[in-house]
Amino acid sequence: MSKYYLNYIDELESEAIYVLREVWAQFQNPVILFSGGKDSIVVTHLARKAFYPAKIPFSLMHVDTGHNFPETIQFRDNLIKELGVNLIVGSVQEAIDNGRVAEERGKNATRNTLQITTLLDAIETNKVDCAIGGGRRDEEKARAKERFFSHRDDFGQWDPKNQRPELWNIFNGRHFEGEHFRAFPISNWTEMDVWNYILKENLAIPSLYFAHKREVVWRQNSWIPNSEFLKLEPSEEVVQKKIRFRTLGDITITGGLESEADTLEKIVNEVSTMRQTERGNRTDDKRSESAMEDRKRQGYF
Amino acid sequence: MIDNNQLLRFTTAGSVDDGKSTLIGRLLYDSKSIFEDQLEAIENTSKRKGHNGVDLALFTDGLRDEREQGITIDVAYRYFTTPKRKFIIADTPGHIQYTRNMVTGASTANAAIILVDARHGVIEQTKRHAFIASLLQIPHIIVCVNKMDLVDFSEEAYNKVINQFEEFSSKLLIKDIRFIPLSALNGDNVVNRSKHTDWYQGAPLLHTLETLHISSDINKIDARFPVQTVIRPQSESHRDYRGYAGRVASGVLRVGDVITAMPSGFTSKIKSIDTFDNKLKEAYAPMSVTITLEDDIDISRGDMIVRCNNKPDASQDIEVMLCWLQNETAKPRAKYLVKHTSNEEKAMIKEVVYKIDIKTLERLEDDKSLNMNDICKVRIRTTKPLMVDSYRENRTTGSIILVDEMTNETVAAGMIV
Repeated sequence: MSKYYLNYIDELESEAIYVLREVWAQFQNPVILFSGGKDSIVVTHLARKAFYPAKIPFSLMHVDTGHNFPETIQFRDNLIKELGVNLIVGSVQEAIDNGRVAEERGKNATRNTLQITTLLDAIETNKVDCAIGGGRRDEEKARAKERFFSHRDDFGQWDPKNQRPELWNIFNGRHFEGEHFRAFPISNWTEMDVWNYILKENLAIPSLYFAHKREVVWRQNSWIPNSEFLKLEPSEEVVQKKIRFRTLGDITITGGLESEADTLEKIVNEVSTMRQTERGNRTDDKRSESAMEDRKRQGYF
Repeated sequence: MIDNNQLLRFTTAGSVDDGKSTLIGRLLYDSKSIFEDQLEAIENTSKRKGHNGVDLALFTDGLRDEREQGITIDVAYRYFTTPKRKFIIADTPGHIQYTRNMVTGASTANAAIILVDARHGVIEQTKRHAFIASLLQIPHIIVCVNKMDLVDFSEEAYNKVINQFEEFSSKLLIKDIRFIPLSALNGDNVVNRSKHTDWYQGAPLLHTLETLHISSDINKIDARFPVQTVIRPQSESHRDYRGYAGRVASGVLRVGDVITAMPSGFTSKIKSIDTFDNKLKEAYAPMSVTITLEDDIDISRGDMIVRCNNKPDASQDIEVMLCWLQNETAKPRAKYLVKHTSNEEKAMIKEVVYKIDIKTLERLEDDKSLNMNDICKVRIRTTKPLMVDSYRENRTTGSIILVDEMTNETVAAGMIV
């Protein structure tokens, strides 16, 4: 006897599949923005479900800052092979070499903001009219107002005060040439939902999410991994810790936390008792109260 | 924990000083959904602004302009989970463009929270909010009589609000309505039962939200399956596969059901209901599935699969309650693109039948202009038939939006009468 209602995780999955199918139907050349992080892995998995038994009809687009965890790149390449989809890489290093952007200076310099130019270039060069992202509204206050279908003008900019109203589940993806959309199928998911889903679906994720031994430096209240890109301050010391990452960004700015959670079950347990938001370990959001909003307006993910 | 937990979407409405943001902040804070770093951030802001204690309302502020001006501009979505349910809050602003925003937030909601200040009772804005909630057919309405601490938790003051509300709401179509006396500022009857309201026998707000019966909110009778896209893998293993992908809008579809594809009218039988994980025997709303049929008939995006003995109306002339969402006024007999489920057609607003005075809820038969935030009954003519149900019976197949093809903007939302 069926109960004729869905539990929340199945309802969220169904909603995301609906959004992905709308993207496919309303746009000519959509791509999935793939970072190798858990959210884009979940979106990719949902796309696989949405079009089964056909292959995912989108390319995956990766904005490569050059400051990657090697594990993420390995994971990306394996997944591409398994899914049989096309990969587009936008390279920040190339943009720097071509003089399109200049490297930030200073102690906490990152390539985070530089990604915007590379992303917009890649969208333009590849004639992408919709970039599907793993953004979630619970992540950050500027994202709480994001639509499922989010319009970007011909400069790739977001105008949060002039968004199209989005009613029921009718999405309006109409746009002029040169403009594009961002689509966020997992808008309504929280970090906990993502982890519960990864556990339920038993999805493969990069090893970085599991507790492992690594050389790290204590900086801005989290363990920053030691890498060839890290400039050490005289007061800083490289130590060995058992850590795991709660989010994955550039190796230079993603802080880990000390943890013993080395299985998906243990991670879900750990996340459910966390008292800090996940982006609390991201130094890119700590710059100012509206750091995310400012980047998003310019065209950030 | 996942197994039986349902998702409940609710919207909040109140006028400027009703304490809406404080209520949401309180709900999140007392249900332990605020993280330490978020709390720390609003503690700091509270101090900087010279507030006494933590101003929980700050938690719902989003964009920079809002933080500077202390107002909410656009619909913001908040999330929290209890062991019983997952909640999505559509937090809609109380003043600027309130109709547009509230209609947006209300369109997907199972429940609406309407705040009333216990000192002032039902005011004009309360009536508008209740009207919009009934217009959008939100299944459950919870009237929160807030600031009870400022009227000494008086039962009399509370009953007065109930009487005022019931007096005018009897004219509205509301299925389920409840009242709760509370103080968002102090947390009375929000998550925890208040010590000051012995005379109140009902549940606090959170318990009410956790136990509302929402399984019946979706129409489970009329099977409607709008086709989003056709799946044709053309691979070795699925050479002749042709599946219709979509989300069940309402009702239940089973393998073996005799169906009609609208608008063509061809009939066939459901051969399989496929998902990535399983082949299913049946699919019900709101499941996303792929359906294959016994016969090779021509179906594409915008078509609808329905049971052959229960069809929507196929009509080119529809009557709609329209909410105008755009700055720009509608031009007489202007042409728009109408989007309805996965279908789109060109359409013309043939006639404005009447406009509703949102202040008095009376019909204005003389003023026929369509301006931002106006709600009107209109007649629309489409170039080809739409497969429609009345909004009252079906929120998915009974709703439309209008798009201006010159600007690509969404200009109006409509509920089919």
